[in-house]
Amino acid sequence: MAIEVRIPTILRTYTGGAKQVEGKGATLSELIDDVDASHNGLKDRLIADGTLRRFVNVYLNDEDVRFLGGLETPVKDGDTVTVLPAVAGGAVAGGAA
Amino acid sequence: MLSISRELHDKIVAHARADHPDEACGVIAGPEGSDRPERFIPMMNAERSPTFYRFDSMEQFQVWKEMDERDEEPVVIYHSHTATEAYPSRTDVSYASEPGAHYVLVSTRDPETAGFRSYRITGDVITEEPVEITDVE
Repeated sequence: MAIEVRIPTILRTYTGGAKQVEGKGATLSELIDDVDASHNGLKDRLIADGTLRRFVNVYLNDEDVRFLGGLETPVKDGDTVTVLPAVAGGAVAGGAA
Repeated sequence: MLSISRELHDKIVAHARADHPDEACGVIAGPEGSDRPERFIPMMNAERSPTFYRFDSMEQFQVWKEMDERDEEPVVIYHSHTATEAYPSRTDVSYASEPGAHYVLVSTRDPETAGFRSYRITGDVITEEPVEITDVE
């Protein structure tokens, strides 16, 4: 058993085109480290300055991890983690902080 | 080129008008690899802002999951600019994350005529493309 991580199109360059990869860890942070070990560079696209990037959404099963424990959210075998870049933009730079 | 039905074109413009002066946003899904926009999905602008939009994260998750289950992909991602022209801003380019999608911009600046233009955005490169509006019988 492992944790399944679903990768969005734009990040599949790091996974050799794979839509999903597997990893392990007790927290989201450990899982990302584990996945980054075999798909180098992925972590930098998800995390900046020790926190999840603002315009990357990460879901544990059906919940946004921002409403759980962020990078410290506990994960376990059989869970599914989904990464989706936020769809965002607008006429003026900035938006809500 | 973006080929889109008159009906979907009109739905996008109507959504943009309805949410004016805030930016409106949404997706048109289509069968994977078909490049055919078919299913209109208006999205909430979680920012409710005249100058910025962002899909609500939970709504986006549900919609992306549904597209996945139906073997669809986001063929069109649209949003409106309410006081400026229908051209991607620096913000639009920096957050563009679907290299395969047609990014449609609607300008509601002019109350009579809506600007409706389509772009490909890959990396930092914006490429405008022609829009063909088809009348389906």
